[in-house]
Amino acid sequence: MSRRYSPKVVTANRLREGDVVYLTADDQWSPHHHEAELIEDEAHAQMRLLHASAQKLTVVGAYLADAKAGPNGPEPVHFREGFRARGPSNYAHGKQADLRS
Amino acid sequence: MYSYSDFDESFVRSRVAQFTQQVERRLDGSLTEEEFRPLRLMNGLYLQLHAYMLRVAIPYGTISPRQMRQLAYIADTWDKGYGHFTTRQNIQFNWPKLPDVPAILSALADVEMHAIQTSGNCVRNVTADHFAGAAADEIEDPRPYAELLRQWSTDHPEFQFLPRKFKIAITGAPNDRAVTRAHDIGLRMVRNAAGEPGFEVMVGGGLGRTPMIAHTVREFLPVADLLPYVEAVLSVYNILGRRDNKYKARIKITVHETGKEEITRMIEERFAELRPLFGGNDQRLLADIRAAFAPPAFRNAPTDAYDAFYKADAVFRAWADTNLAPHRNDQYAIVTISVKAHGQTPGDATSEQMRLMADLAERYGHSDLRISHEQNVILPHVHKSDLPALHAALTQVGLATANVGLISDIIACPGMDYCALATARSIPIATQIAERFKALDLEHDIGPLKIKISGCINACGHHHVGHIGILGLDRAGVENYQITLGGDGSETAAIGDKTGPGFAYDEIVPAVERIVRAYLAQRQGPEETFLMAFRRLGMDPFKAALYENEGAQDAA
Ligand code: HEM
Ligand code: SF4
Repeated sequence: MSRRYSPKVVTANRLREGDVVYLTADDQWSPHHHEAELIEDEAHAQMRLLHASAQKLTVVGAYLADAKAGPNGPEPVHFREGFRARGPSNYAHGKQADLRS
Repeated sequence: MYSYSDFDESFVRSRVAQFTQQVERRLDGSLTEEEFRPLRLMNGLYLQLHAYMLRVAIPYGTISPRQMRQLAYIADTWDKGYGHFTTRQNIQFNWPKLPDVPAILSALADVEMHAIQTSGNCVRNVTADHFAGAAADEIEDPRPYAELLRQWSTDHPEFQFLPRKFKIAITGAPNDRAVTRAHDIGLRMVRNAAGEPGFEVMVGGGLGRTPMIAHTVREFLPVADLLPYVEAVLSVYNILGRRDNKYKARIKITVHETGKEEITRMIEERFAELRPLFGGNDQRLLADIRAAFAPPAFRNAPTDAYDAFYKADAVFRAWADTNLAPHRNDQYAIVTISVKAHGQTPGDATSEQMRLMADLAERYGHSDLRISHEQNVILPHVHKSDLPALHAALTQVGLATANVGLISDIIACPGMDYCALATARSIPIATQIAERFKALDLEHDIGPLKIKISGCINACGHHHVGHIGILGLDRAGVENYQITLGGDGSETAAIGDKTGPGFAYDEIVPAVERIVRAYLAQRQGPEETFLMAFRRLGMDPFKAALYENEGAQDAA
């Protein structure tokens, strides 16, 4: 019996800046969670993770995080990923400030 | 204050140069992350949730105005204009970028500071009583011993790869303000029958997932035996420590598994071997270090202006009642500057506040500043006649909060807002509790009460020794907070007891309020503190306050 694979995004921190980034379908690293590639197949996820982990001069600590489809693209599932996508809750620092347009 | 010798200076500079090259090699790809990680950790550089974090040591919590200004400069130049003071007398910068870190370390070296051994399995920054050299109850200033330990442990070849991190805390006073019993080694100054000063040596304390109160392995250690004895403890641990299992690798587990008697015997045996090898250089060094900690030239001046102002001004009086501590010179006071304004992140200070505190230390405080493990800043030597002016200056920048030792003087770790290991947030719990009790205007009525909050089982926020401890956990993807009561970090140290099931994020502040109301209802009078009441009453009335209503609600 195979359980349904819960969808994933590939995420990491940028080597130089340390900020959180997501792997997009066209092989870019985006600071926006909703621009990430939502991966629904386990084998494909492993391949994308390998691809990400090989980029040793760009990112650190790549891993697969649970995500779900939303109206504007993938959304975090766990609250930890929510904080990574937004920034800390005590100050308007991190993405919530940097990405404000 | 201790000044770097030529040796210290060149050692710190060479480490900066070394790490600068390591960063370059990481950025050009010659080092992989696996190779680089231990190197950056040795220099206090972590990668957290949103950014890198640099942890800078403030040895035994003592810092000069010039150093404080440099921290402000670093915060403005390479970070977001603030720093976070921690329970281990460090300051953490939450937003440095990797290519900037060598410049930051170099700026630190310019003022005799560094981030060496603030991480990794080595002897960490030695912490001390933040009132050292000033407290009325002190036998001797513990900082010369802390500095001796720092010099001895820095880059000590035998102790760079211990089974796990190793933390030493020291106090020169019988009243323990350094939580010595929760450290790998705690040193508490005592006098023997002949009146000579020495140390009670406590080993195997620690918090984290298996909290333990340290055991006394030596009731009285002559001060001259300090280094060989500490070295004996370390070398016994270095051999016995469980390198096979990270969760069993701290010395507390070694002591627990070996037994207090046997480990004491082994330490004494090793000490007998080591003692003759210390030929007296350590004592000569100690004498030099002591000279650097000579007390300031205290002023002799009337204090009536202070007494008059104290009577006349209620706001000043409230501040004086909570934020001052007795100084050994009775014309002086020890001032705790609360970095815990209600609603602000505990322990965070802006660069502007840092500069102002540096200025005030120069103007009113014999140029001495301390960082406490309770995440506040101390001016250890202020003449009482200067207190009204000092208070007025602090008020102007929001640093005159009169809450030291009260319910809003909360210790909180960074938690899920910053920390990669966290299972829940701690900062917003702290700010909400502080704001709630401010709104109720109850905190002065409640009196001394220490709340300590950690965002995961590692217990960086000391929750086990909080009178009320709060531990943030992840229960099935939702933040959940477990409460412990009756913890104590002082000379009567105790680990708190769990109340029962945890509380959701939006239930925890009301839960704390129910505990506090139960205390207020049952105390024998304002002189019976929360901790005393808990010790008299036990858990039951608090459990009832916490959980009985819940049942009633469910039934309704
Ligand atoms: C944010 C990055 C941090 C990380 C990754 C971290 C990691 C850890 C870990 C893994 C432990 C458990 C050690 C063990 O049980 O063997 C621990 C304990 C501790 N940490 Fe942290 N910590 C961090 C921040 C802090 C901060 C901000 C403080 C001070 C506020 C702090 C002070 C302590 C203390 C006092 C303990 C418990 C005492 C002990 O048993 O060592 N840590 N930390
Ligand atoms: S207690 Fe946990 S969440 Fe808090 S700083 Fe330590 S490791 Fe991070």
